[in-house]
Amino acid sequence: MTVADLAFYAFALVTVTAGLLVTVSKNPVHSVLWLILAFLSSAGLFVLLGAEFVAMLLIIVYVGAVAVLFLFVVMMLDIDFAELKGEMAKYMPLAMLIGVIILMQLSLGLGAWVQAEGAMGLRQAVTPDMAEVENTRALGLLIYDKYILLFQLSGLILLVAMIGAIVLTLRHRTNVKRQNILHQMWRDPAEAMELKDVKPGQGL
Amino acid sequence: MDDLLREYLPILIFLALAVGLGLVLLLSAAILAVRNPDPEKVSAYECGFNAFDDARMKFDVRFYLVSILFIIFDLEVAFLFPWAVAFGEMSMAGFWSMMVFLGVLTVGFAYEWKKGALEWE
Repeated sequence: MTVADLAFYAFALVTVTAGLLVTVSKNPVHSVLWLILAFLSSAGLFVLLGAEFVAMLLIIVYVGAVAVLFLFVVMMLDIDFAELKGEMAKYMPLAMLIGVIILMQLSLGLGAWVQAEGAMGLRQAVTPDMAEVENTRALGLLIYDKYILLFQLSGLILLVAMIGAIVLTLRHRTNVKRQNILHQMWRDPAEAMELKDVKPGQGL
Repeated sequence: MDDLLREYLPILIFLALAVGLGLVLLLSAAILAVRNPDPEKVSAYECGFNAFDDARMKFDVRFYLVSILFIIFDLEVAFLFPWAVAFGEMSMAGFWSMMVFLGVLTVGFAYEWKKGALEWE
């Protein structure tokens, strides 16, 4: 067994175990931490496959950003665990039913799955040889040229996400004093201050 | 393929060392340390007074807005990496498609700035 094989089994074992612990751990914060471990070890699996860019993306985007977002969501939910555990038994039959239905659908789908003729050939044709062109360069040559429509659609999806998040969550508080830097810079001492000559005994 | 993996070997060794050291420290604490629990000792310590509240308090939704905007620009930068690496051999269509992509996201950025989503209060 080579080091690569050993690393594969270690990463695969950690990924599956962490995935299992995501679903079974009682505390959602722990679930998110296990999810981060699953992301990290699947990044290791991607490196073993030779997909360096995807592996690094998994770490930058999923571990760095998505996991933080999940933590925020978990913290925002404000779940009462004792109450949740009490109601678990009530919803168990419904959850089992949904689980069985999904399992049946999956097995039906996998049972009827046939590969189209020439699918393998088509897939090989798109990717340049890995020994000649490194991963990131190959992706760069493909995404922006061949898959231009999908790339632009992903940009639009990001735009929609940005605007949607702002529309849904941005609330400006009233009665908050904000700093206006331009206003401060343009402030003229001659206009801001006025000298008054006060006569003794009269006041203003 | 093997050359590629060989370059990652130091990272693998580093990972193994980090996991090993973490396990050694945790296990040695579990095995060697003297354990004498007491309700006062195991309760949350908050500068000497009793804890006011649960640690799981609700976050302000504005944190969520900041993090989702961070993710969106993170993804934008992630798209820039392969583009920059393949820049030399790229066709004009590839170049301009990235310019359009950046333009679309700049529209979003201008909207965000104008709306004041980047300001905290």
